Amino acid sequence: MYNSGKIIAGLVVFFILATLPFLLNLGKANAKIEPSIDTPEINAMPKKHCVETKVFMRAEHMQLLNNWRDQVVRNGNRIYVGSDGNEYQISLQNTCMKCHSNKKKFCDKCHNYMAVKPYCWGCHIAPKENEA
Amino acid sequence: MSMNRRQFLKLASASTILGVGAASVINNISNSSLEAAQIHPDPRSLKAKRWGFVVDVSKLTTEEDYQRCIDTCHDIHNVPNNPNPRHEVKWIWKDTYEHTFPNTAEDKIMNRELQEKNFLLFCNHCQNPACVRVCPTKATFKRESDGIVMQDMHRCIGCRFCMAACPFGARSFNYTDPRPNIKVENKEFPTRMIGVVEKCTACYERLAVGKQPACVEKSNGAIVFGDLEDPNSEVRKLIAEKYTIRRKPELGTQPSIYYVIGGGEHA
Repeated sequence: MYNSGKIIAGLVVFFILATLPFLLNLGKANAKIEPSIDTPEINAMPKKHCVETKVFMRAEHMQLLNNWRDQVVRNGNRIYVGSDGNEYQISLQNTCMKCHSNKKKFCDKCHNYMAVKPYCWGCHIAPKENEA
Repeated sequence: MSMNRRQFLKLASASTILGVGAASVINNISNSSLEAAQIHPDPRSLKAKRWGFVVDVSKLTTEEDYQRCIDTCHDIHNVPNNPNPRHEVKWIWKDTYEHTFPNTAEDKIMNRELQEKNFLLFCNHCQNPACVRVCPTKATFKRESDGIVMQDMHRCIGCRFCMAACPFGARSFNYTDPRPNIKVENKEFPTRMIGVVEKCTACYERLAVGKQPACVEKSNGAIVFGDLEDPNSEVRKLIAEKYTIRRKPELGTQPSIYYVIGGGEHA
């Protein structure tokens, strides 16, 4: 093999450079994204609950919101019966955000992490928050 | 394994049927739409076959009477007050007799009082709406349940076909971001964003909780709201009793706003 020294040294340098991002982060835990549910409205609830379970909401809230939107705007249905049997007014501004009054620490947490930009807030008014 | 033509056809057709069947089953399972039992209208909501308005401008005596109806609507629906008149956004507004009923305004000897009166104008919620026919995305549509011509802001792409189609000028386009020009936001109602068309929605959000439209409430009886298909409703009685006209009836859109004309002792 000709120039074996240079080739092997080059390969080693390439391997280290290519895997550097992984090597540097080896063993470090990923920053955990934790949407906060610490709002006065939620804390005042005797039993904390959303319209559906936490697991469902985490995975399916976008489908739920899409369905809610179509039901209200196009079919005029404004009451949602959750799987817990409770009835809820279908409204992003007046139901969701009444409890989750901390958009920046709740919605934005995951949306920023996932780099998704839902355009809800182009029209729907986000709750007033103190910059903290 | 050898197979004759007959066996091959049998196997192929059986697997096709299985495949199609399985696909439909999987589609049904993964369909995330809501169950009918999960969703229903608010029991407080007002119901009608076709909502309509009777407007009697003789009951609006001062400028303030008009302005009260306009302001209350624009305040609760976060309608921006754009400084540039060419970017004006309006859901309800007032205009002269000549502009309201252009095809009758050439009459020089008719009632001067009527000709000098201003009229309150808003979306006619036509029975046969031109705006709905031209909308390419079905963003504007006629509600089957009560005849309200609705505007789905989520779907509007801002092509403005509806503005060209509406013979009554009831639609406004957001040429700029409306947020900076809304003085006090109503937190219960959304705003719009740049690039969508908006108009009066007959206060569908108030009807849903059993309230009359806001302009009706503030008009001191000058605007009456009710079911045009119900012969016993207040609007039908008014239309039967008094002489009323609609805007541009010759266009065949069947507007749902009736304007009371005259009402003097000889009328």
